Amino acid sequence: MSEHAAVAGAKPHAAHEAHHEELGFWRKYVFSVDHKVIGIQYAVTGLLFLFFGFSLMMLMRWQLAYPGAALPLLGRILGESRMPGGTMLPEFYNELGAMHGTIMVFLGVVPLAVGGFGNFVLPLQIGAPDMAFPRLNMLSYWSFFLGGVTMLASFFAPGGAAQSGWTSYTPLSVYASSGQTWWLIGMVFLITSSLLGAINFITTTIQLRAKGLTFMRFPFFVWAQLVTAFLLLLAFPPLEAAAVLQLMDRVAGTSFFLPTGLVVSGQPLTNAGGGNTLLWQHLFWFLAHPEVYVLILPAMGIVAEIIANNTRKPLWGYRSMVYSLVFLGFMSFIVWAHHMFMTGMGTAMAAFFQTTTMIISIPSVVILTALILSLWGGSIRFNTPMLFALGFLPMFGIGGLTGLPLGLNVADIPLHDTYYVIGHFHYVVAPGTIFGLFAGVYFWFPKATGRRMNETLGVIHFIGSFICMNVIFMPMFLLGMAGVSRRLYDGGAAYDFAQPVLHLNVVSSWGAWMLALFQLPFIFNFFWSIWKGARTEENPWHATTLEWAAPSPPPHGNFLQVPQAYRGPYEYSVPGAAKDFVPQYEA
Amino acid sequence: MDIPYTVELRRDTGLNNGKIGIWLFLASEVMLFGALFATYILLRTGAQTWPRGDTILNVPLATFNTIVLISSSVTMVMAWASLMRGRFGTFRLYMGGTVLLGFVFLVVKYFEYSHKFHDGLFPSTNNFLAIYFTLTGLHMLHVMGGMAVNAYFWGPGAKQWKTDPAWFTNRVENSGLFWHFVDLVWIFLFPTLYLL
Repeated sequence: MSEHAAVAGAKPHAAHEAHHEELGFWRKYVFSVDHKVIGIQYAVTGLLFLFFGFSLMMLMRWQLAYPGAALPLLGRILGESRMPGGTMLPEFYNELGAMHGTIMVFLGVVPLAVGGFGNFVLPLQIGAPDMAFPRLNMLSYWSFFLGGVTMLASFFAPGGAAQSGWTSYTPLSVYASSGQTWWLIGMVFLITSSLLGAINFITTTIQLRAKGLTFMRFPFFVWAQLVTAFLLLLAFPPLEAAAVLQLMDRVAGTSFFLPTGLVVSGQPLTNAGGGNTLLWQHLFWFLAHPEVYVLILPAMGIVAEIIANNTRKPLWGYRSMVYSLVFLGFMSFIVWAHHMFMTGMGTAMAAFFQTTTMIISIPSVVILTALILSLWGGSIRFNTPMLFALGFLPMFGIGGLTGLPLGLNVADIPLHDTYYVIGHFHYVVAPGTIFGLFAGVYFWFPKATGRRMNETLGVIHFIGSFICMNVIFMPMFLLGMAGVSRRLYDGGAAYDFAQPVLHLNVVSSWGAWMLALFQLPFIFNFFWSIWKGARTEENPWHATTLEWAAPSPPPHGNFLQVPQAYRGPYEYSVPGAAKDFVPQYEA
Repeated sequence: MDIPYTVELRRDTGLNNGKIGIWLFLASEVMLFGALFATYILLRTGAQTWPRGDTILNVPLATFNTIVLISSSVTMVMAWASLMRGRFGTFRLYMGGTVLLGFVFLVVKYFEYSHKFHDGLFPSTNNFLAIYFTLTGLHMLHVMGGMAVNAYFWGPGAKQWKTDPAWFTNRVENSGLFWHFVDLVWIFLFPTLYLL
């Protein structure tokens, strides 16, 4: 009887909870389960980490441009253990390098591209009220947050943060200072976060799509996020395994990655030995190559949305783009060892991986070509999101094409680990992916806030960034082809052969510092527009996909009526239609 | 606001959200343990000498533990089947049994571990023991995780049976899927480490 009473007492309370709209500040903005709030949390945290990771690189660029010169003011602030007398110590340089890569990839771009845009836009684009597992979604963000805090805290560990590169190659990393242990623990948090997010994205996409929204009516962005989620789901666990093994090597004294007879600094090591140091590289790149596509696919998705919207045309070859995307996702699991041509893993392995690498370039080219052909014959609107989307195309193109020589075993030998590689993947990720993400910020800002960002500031941001990005990365190809290694603390100043190209380091560095200046209009624009931007209605870009049916900003639960999809995603300029766009959600 | 298809099935997929979620999670777990098994293969094929498992490890104890875990999978199914038939009392019994068997497994594992430590065999001793402790240790964490969830459904979580029996049954089923997976990992671990 008493049990019954307790249940009867509990039920109205639960019902009350479900329809309780007025949440307190903490539940509404901090520990929220609303996908839009979580998306914005991810995006803002990701943007902050991008800026922080960029700042680390700006410090490194001082040392590369002016090796050994004292850095005025900042050098003093960073203290004697890092920059005695303002001159950077090699250990500190290594810390900056390792943490720049780690932060940009795992704490900057992925959280912004997948956590931010995926969380905010994907449920809206498929007409869902929220993610399938809202509490898991919150857990995913806070796990990411803890990972970020761990990584930041590692700067204060004895001996500083991780110094073994973002790749943490063994056996060096096993003997690195305690910052490496923090790095591994931080990675475990970040991997957990990605895993929870990936499960949520896939389930949401399959289960919560609106009535009538078949898979071939998905906006390309939804497809991009879906494939990305599968990559995260299946590629990250091997890195988690690898992190556990390296942790065991560091903490429990095992020798998973330590071969027999290893000698460090003239001292033979007393470990049991018998390990395989290449094993780490295999496990690491098994994640890290699909990770490259995790970085690029969401940006491609964003660019596709914006190009269709601003050319006022359907995407050219939507189906072939989707098939290419799925094929690319599959292939990305079997190309990883093209990062390892120089390890002596053998020519049979190299031949296999160079073949798969050449094959995977085909779907990327199909997608890029389809996007470029989509421009043909359109009456293009050159607003800020479109400028960034158009900037993405040649930048990603340069990044992709310069990758081909690296994917071929023979051509890779002279280029491996030079600045050429740095130039190549930064063209893909920095002016490529990050331009795509900026485009997305400008494009969906009105949906998130109900206000538009300022166009003039946006154009300044674009032109400045576009020029500076090329000033930074184009010289790196020349440095690399001259043979300058990417690992040098002095940027090559100690080598005679590098003397003719050393001035390019200075050009690159000034490009980086100017790029920082051109982010100021963006930062100002972002905050100013939240409160003062021009108000918009729910569909300011006259777009066709479902997210534009919701009010701006959408309330908790997203849509005022249950949305339904009646047609494909890009019905622009349909002959005979009353307007130049026919939204998916209009009957 | 309610999320659709938490309990009821979506017609075109024939599934509810939790079922897809748990299978995706298991797929990622396969990749996690797959990477560790691959590590085992690579280390063993690269080693000059590799001890046979039964010369170091205690096969009878592990056989006992295998039986314990398989039994716990049976009680897990019975727990879920009881809910399907609306018999909450027998659910409690079987679920309690599942948690208890998990506990027995851990106790046996504790004796195995402490015996090894007593003999001076540590993860750092050689790579066989390193992979043994890593694989079984990670598996043990999974057992603990599964036990925690099952204990929750046996105890405080069981209240949901009164308010939403269909949802509760689904959750127990999903927890069961995870428990069977943990069991399955052990069935691969046992021959790989102890017998080969």
